[in-house]
Amino acid sequence: MTQASAAAVPKEPPATSDLVDVRLVLWHFTAGMVFLAVAILAGFLFSLQFIQRYPVAGIELFSPGRWRMVHTNGVAYGFLANVFLGALYWAVPRLTLRPVYSRRLSWFIFFAWQAVVLATAVGLVLGHAQALEWGETPVYVDPVALLGLMLVAVNFLAPIFQTSGPMYVSLWYFIAAFIWTVLVYAMGNFLPQYFVGGAAAGAIGGLFIHDLVGLFVTPLGWGLMYYFVPIILKKPMWSHGLSLVGFWGLAFFYPLTGIHHFLYSPIPLFLQHGAVITTIAIEFVVTTVIINFFGTLAGRGDTLRTNLPIRWFYTGMVFYFVTCLQCSFQTTLTFQKIIHFTDWVVGHAHLVMLGVFGFWLLGIILYLWPRLVGSNAWYSDVLNSWHYWLTMLGTLIMFLDLLVAGLIQGYLWRDLSPWEDSLRASMPFWLVRTFSGVMITVGQFMFFWNCYKSWRLGAPAGAPRREPSRGSMAPATA
Amino acid sequence: MFESRSGVFLIAGLGFFGLSFLVMAVLPWAIYYKEPEQTVEQLAARGIIPEFVDLAERYPEQFKQYFGAPTYATYVEALRLGHQVYVAEACWHCHSQFIRPVSNEDLRWGPVSHALEYQNELQRPVLFGTRRVGPDLSREAGRRSNDWHVAHFWQPTSVVPSSVMPPYRWFFDGQGYPNKRGLAVITYVQFLGSWLKEYPYFHGEGPLGPLPAPTPADAPIARGATSGETDSVDAPIVGAATAGVLP
Repeated sequence: MTQASAAAVPKEPPATSDLVDVRLVLWHFTAGMVFLAVAILAGFLFSLQFIQRYPVAGIELFSPGRWRMVHTNGVAYGFLANVFLGALYWAVPRLTLRPVYSRRLSWFIFFAWQAVVLATAVGLVLGHAQALEWGETPVYVDPVALLGLMLVAVNFLAPIFQTSGPMYVSLWYFIAAFIWTVLVYAMGNFLPQYFVGGAAAGAIGGLFIHDLVGLFVTPLGWGLMYYFVPIILKKPMWSHGLSLVGFWGLAFFYPLTGIHHFLYSPIPLFLQHGAVITTIAIEFVVTTVIINFFGTLAGRGDTLRTNLPIRWFYTGMVFYFVTCLQCSFQTTLTFQKIIHFTDWVVGHAHLVMLGVFGFWLLGIILYLWPRLVGSNAWYSDVLNSWHYWLTMLGTLIMFLDLLVAGLIQGYLWRDLSPWEDSLRASMPFWLVRTFSGVMITVGQFMFFWNCYKSWRLGAPAGAPRREPSRGSMAPATA
Repeated sequence: MFESRSGVFLIAGLGFFGLSFLVMAVLPWAIYYKEPEQTVEQLAARGIIPEFVDLAERYPEQFKQYFGAPTYATYVEALRLGHQVYVAEACWHCHSQFIRPVSNEDLRWGPVSHALEYQNELQRPVLFGTRRVGPDLSREAGRRSNDWHVAHFWQPTSVVPSSVMPPYRWFFDGQGYPNKRGLAVITYVQFLGSWLKEYPYFHGEGPLGPLPAPTPADAPIARGATSGETDSVDAPIVGAATAGVLP
């Protein structure tokens, strides 16, 4: 980490307080958790529809279909984006030894982004959705959101490009992610709506769904892992060569996979074949990244037990490997015959978004929160432990449950059973899904409560907050 | 190059994204580029579905209040509004609109989907869907009666006991009759697949009658009115579809 940027720094490094606006990180994390709370409750509410127990049925503003979109968009743009931004405000200035482009711009972005997420949620509930998966943001929000993403790119790319000398791995991912996110958002939200119709728009829609995961969430997530894991373990990455393979493999193959969302669709078949091959190729790239991170962990395996952030990170990585392995199978035309359109895919999506990236970001919040609020410690380590186990087991149960449900649905459909058979057969699985969702929900609210109490433990407002010095990379006690 | 700012920015950030955009977006677009995208007016000009006329007969007061008479112009209006409601309620998150050539889907629903079926305004953005909680809807036209749809939208479990579809009470007025949105979304759902040669694919009793001609735009359409170009009840759709070619 430091040796990478050391060459560019001739003299005393600047003080951390000049680099990082801690309050901004804190606010982004808080906003992220508020939206996570909303999104997770929306998901829980929606899951009740599947067991015919929707409590507020028949009310337009509680239309389950609309709240489903609040769930997915709330997670993507409310939770993930906010916590990513917070973590970036923490990490990028430390990696470049320069503050972001403008502190005022950062705050403007903060408020603008919350307005975007709120407008999206309200718009969806009022019925202004756009028919684009993960991009249901109402059309009038799209230009504002795109502008916000551009400002984010400027704000962070400025310090990165102002420095010279070698760049640490995280910054490769960040640079690429900032450009990709802007391009992906523009492509997905505007082309199918205004310029391209029909099956070709389906190809773009598939590209958008996958690029949002692959080119916005994934590179930011891995970039942060390359930053936080070596810092907490106090050792460098195992192999720089594998870091290179991982980044460039992802950058090349990931954008080429989008159409695998619409196999056997009216999109030309040779393009579908191409998407299948690149998706399988990704699995090999992912394996190199996983090997690199477990090589880094080697010899420090005890931290999985003693250090909760590390446990979150590596649980996420195991889930990442599982989900990518699953993907390389489910993307084949053989698997697609059965599992496409089923709950298998829903389970996959939950494992990726919550089990991998959600876990990483929760780990990062866990690591940084006491430093941000100046409490130096968590209010309760027991609550944190409960949070981990409830969330981890809840996610695992939900994933396995939906996996099996998906297979049953797929085979019942193929067997030409009456449609209701697939509903009746799914009902027990949907019940289990709701219970696993309750576990996750309860776990998160324990964490939110813990965050709140730790905040109260911290320095009173106005008093100087303790900020960890640049050299302080001590692992958080957990 | 592989670790420099410009290398990452230009090759990975712009280059690889551009490559994927060319292959995965521009190429399919170029393949279908010459197929004109039809407007709702053009779709409606192929013939008005009898279910639309049936709605006007079944709910005369409501239909008159919200649409007036069942004309070509009001049919176009109903399709647009129905599509809008379909998107707003995210129906497409639980109902796909494409029939795959595998998993016996053609036996369950009807002909496998063709790319040209999606070259129209009502598929912008395209409504393939990614999940089927309920059945696919792209071959729904005429499969069930308007009565069934009204009862189903009011309380899905009343006709399908194990249904997990929500009741859409806001598609109805105070008296329990479909309101403008209700009439429109039923028209839209009854329209899905009506462009097929095989339509009406699932009528037990056979077609309701030949399709009325769309012109002139303001003339009310009565059931049974015949289109000059339709010469057989087995080929109710005027235009390319009757020649065995999709729209």
